[in-house]
Amino acid sequence: MNAIPLSSMTPALPEIVLAAGAMALLMVGAFRERSAQLVNLGAIMLLVAAAFLAAALPDGTAFGGSFTVDGFARFMKVLAFGGSAVALVMSLDYLAVEKQQKFEFAILILLSATGMGMLISAGDLIALYLGLELMSLSLYVVAAFNRDSVRSTEAGLKYFVLGALSSGMLLYGCSLIYGFTGTVSFAGIAKASANGGIGLTFGLVFLFAGFCFKVSAVPFHMWTPDVYEGAPTPVSAFFAAAPKIAAMAIFARATISAFPGIVPQWQQIVVFVAIASMVLGAFAAIGQRNIKRLMAYSSIGHMGFALVGLASGTAEGVQGVLVYMSIYLAMTVGAFAVILSMRRPEGMVEQISDLAGLSRTNPAMAFFLALLLFSLAGIPPLAGFFAKYYVFLGAIKAGLYGLAVIGVLASVVGAYYYLLIVKIMYFDEPAKGFQPMPGELKAVLGVAGLFNLLFFVYPAPLIAAAGAAAKSLF
Amino acid sequence: MASWPILSVTTFLPLAGVLFILMLRNDEAGVRNARWVALWTTVVTFAVSLNLLWRFDPSSPEFQFVEKVEWLGGYGAYKMGVDGISLPFVILTTALMPLCIAASWQSIQTRVKEYMIAFLALEVLMVGTFSALDLVLFYLFFEGGLIPMFLIIGVWGGPRRVYASFKFFLYTLLGSVLMLLAIMAMFWQSGTTDIVTLLRHAFPREMQPWLWLAFFASFAVKMPMWPVHTWLPDAHVEAPTAGSVILAAILLKMGGYGFLRFSLPMFPIASADFAPLIFALSVIAIVYTSLVAIVQDDMKKLIAYSSVAHMGFVTMGIFAATAQGVAGGIFQMISHGIVSAALFLCVGVVYDRMHSREIAAYGGLVSRMPVYAAVFLLFTLANVGLPGTSGFVGEFLTLLGTFRVNIVVATLATIGVILSAGYALWLYRKVVFGKLEKPSLAGIRDMGWREGVVFAPLVILTLLFGFYPKPVLDLSAASVTALLENYQRALGAAKTAAMLQ
Repeated sequence: MNAIPLSSMTPALPEIVLAAGAMALLMVGAFRERSAQLVNLGAIMLLVAAAFLAAALPDGTAFGGSFTVDGFARFMKVLAFGGSAVALVMSLDYLAVEKQQKFEFAILILLSATGMGMLISAGDLIALYLGLELMSLSLYVVAAFNRDSVRSTEAGLKYFVLGALSSGMLLYGCSLIYGFTGTVSFAGIAKASANGGIGLTFGLVFLFAGFCFKVSAVPFHMWTPDVYEGAPTPVSAFFAAAPKIAAMAIFARATISAFPGIVPQWQQIVVFVAIASMVLGAFAAIGQRNIKRLMAYSSIGHMGFALVGLASGTAEGVQGVLVYMSIYLAMTVGAFAVILSMRRPEGMVEQISDLAGLSRTNPAMAFFLALLLFSLAGIPPLAGFFAKYYVFLGAIKAGLYGLAVIGVLASVVGAYYYLLIVKIMYFDEPAKGFQPMPGELKAVLGVAGLFNLLFFVYPAPLIAAAGAAAKSLF
Repeated sequence: MASWPILSVTTFLPLAGVLFILMLRNDEAGVRNARWVALWTTVVTFAVSLNLLWRFDPSSPEFQFVEKVEWLGGYGAYKMGVDGISLPFVILTTALMPLCIAASWQSIQTRVKEYMIAFLALEVLMVGTFSALDLVLFYLFFEGGLIPMFLIIGVWGGPRRVYASFKFFLYTLLGSVLMLLAIMAMFWQSGTTDIVTLLRHAFPREMQPWLWLAFFASFAVKMPMWPVHTWLPDAHVEAPTAGSVILAAILLKMGGYGFLRFSLPMFPIASADFAPLIFALSVIAIVYTSLVAIVQDDMKKLIAYSSVAHMGFVTMGIFAATAQGVAGGIFQMISHGIVSAALFLCVGVVYDRMHSREIAAYGGLVSRMPVYAAVFLLFTLANVGLPGTSGFVGEFLTLLGTFRVNIVVATLATIGVILSAGYALWLYRKVVFGKLEKPSLAGIRDMGWREGVVFAPLVILTLLFGFYPKPVLDLSAASVTALLENYQRALGAAKTAAMLQ
């Protein structure tokens, strides 16, 4: 047996760094008392380093083509690792105050991020499954991280049972696809699937079911509100950002690179899923009272909008998806920075009505949250508008007019509940104020808010980067 | 060619004021300074915009002061410029802003800093809307204005402000998102979002009706045309005085401007095909909303319905597509911008004193407020369209222009002129004439010097444009002629093509 040269593993360097770092930090945590703070900081630095590494690596493949680094992977990895790092930063204060400082938290996030990297770079179905499971298993555990809380345990269990089911479906889809094409690599499937076939379509449907679960798109979205509400808030913040990006990345990569021959078959599925997610996300969020549940429905809707770009199946559409996910990341972490700051002396509060009159008790926080909400609603000149602009641009080019019209109408319905929060903050009489915001949350909120406000001044770099990344898939 | 980006400076200058106000402390002095900063910012902006007027060459139909910078990576550019159609609206906006700030001087006492910031941000977005020469940029400014207006109505508005602000926001957004899709379709069809290029681009015949309808959805709501006007009375009634002024004087004009800038020149075939629809809706708006105005017992609501009726003349004139009709439409919008602003300010004057907009709460004001009665009378008559006021010129030109195209429509619309005399004079009689019987009115003061300063320019302009409308008409004449020439040429080409088949 030939020795594999170490240099052939370079494309996987960020993941290797993350995995090795996670092991090292695990040792630190296991053998040093009260080392949670140290492990957290180490994990944040590892994630930042991995993001820089991922951005700097040249194109290449490793492990016999199972692992691909291209422009698309670089773009998505930077987002996913960056999102994980920000989620960790945001959890610091919460964990300290709630007496949840356990070093395992950061380790699990690191392992999950490793899985995301693997998932984003997957070049065949095996790597896809490996990455997906590594990511998900860590997520199940962090969802139940507050093990003495019934809600948190319930969230973890629910997520695990449903997640296992979806993994099963995904695996079944993989095996069907393998059975009908005789290969697991995306390139090979693309070659073999040029003529389609009913068996392959079946496999595709099951595969998509698994993806839809991970990005929480309708009709596989049911877990999202319960898990968001039950899980500790920093965990919800993490769920809303990085894993969604990784799952959307593999959704796009697998669809575009493995099934270019059967576009009509998958296009109708994606169109349906996108419409259902946008409409459900818009209408179901209206009745919510808990802000975490609201964010869950809002994220379902946003995944629907991102899928509008994918549905077009063109480079412009995928560019739209990438732009959308970047901006979505900024909007979501900003919104969660506020939710994590909703703390009164008696504890955390989660009702939307607790934000009443925030514009008087904490004007800066209210202003930035209002910016983020208008951005989430897609009102120009904020960044959220450009996110929607680019995905719908792709859809219109592909001639998906029905999808586009339903999509923009759903965005008007969605605007209603974002406005409702603005109304509560600005028009209503003040409720009791919150405790002062911790510094790191202030920083996250400020950066996210300013990004959303000022994106329109100089959007070209992100658009160009997303365009280059999208082209590498085609 | 200007050596400095004069148009961008005009547009974004109010942001400097926003930054200033943000730096002020939140105490008594800070609030006072916020007012002065906002006033000076708007005055300076107006002065800069007069520079535009000074350097503008009205004999050229081309866009002037054009600036262009790459922006959205090939999917849209930052391009600004004005021609004879947009420049009057830019000046109208910058001219009214200082008056709005002055009118809010005492009536706004809570969250003054935020109020001034919202108004300055709104000014940026409004001026930007009229000077954008790129579809995406236009949409950005057009829609962005919703955010400050939503807050102005919702935070500083009357008792039903939440309902009114939501209705305003969602109604307008619903209309506009369809326009956004049309903009994208235009981009893929023509390969550009540059308005100057698109004005010369011939869209395929089968595409035009859809694009026209999508733009119509947006502008008809903004205008507002019957039957999508219902947000306007609510928004007007609940908004603070200056908010109503901006709504009536400028935001409504965005609809008419949109019809002139996009619908008519870019989709000429569809415009000609849909003209009967516009005529029907306009006549209904003129007659029906005038009748509705007669039975209102709220002053602001009455003026709001009268705005809908007056906008009916504008749409009618624009889609008559004759030189008089289009020029009259533009003139009517400018005139209505001045007159309706003044009328809302008139309501504001008594509202500040009595905190009631009920017509029944007033009566006999002439004996205590002679100056006010005179000013109010002038604007009431201008609203009716009395010769010698600016209101007459606009209505007369639009009717004249439409008469050449469709006699029935013009005749029916004339009924609206009579009805407008009915509701406007009725309002005036109830509020100003009669005996001063209500004990609460016994101590009411006449207009102070600040209110006088606010009204003086409006009085002068109403009379000036009434007797001598030439400056406004000359400003836009070249652009209007070019627009109509293109329009007729496109229609002629379409006719020839149809005959050849």
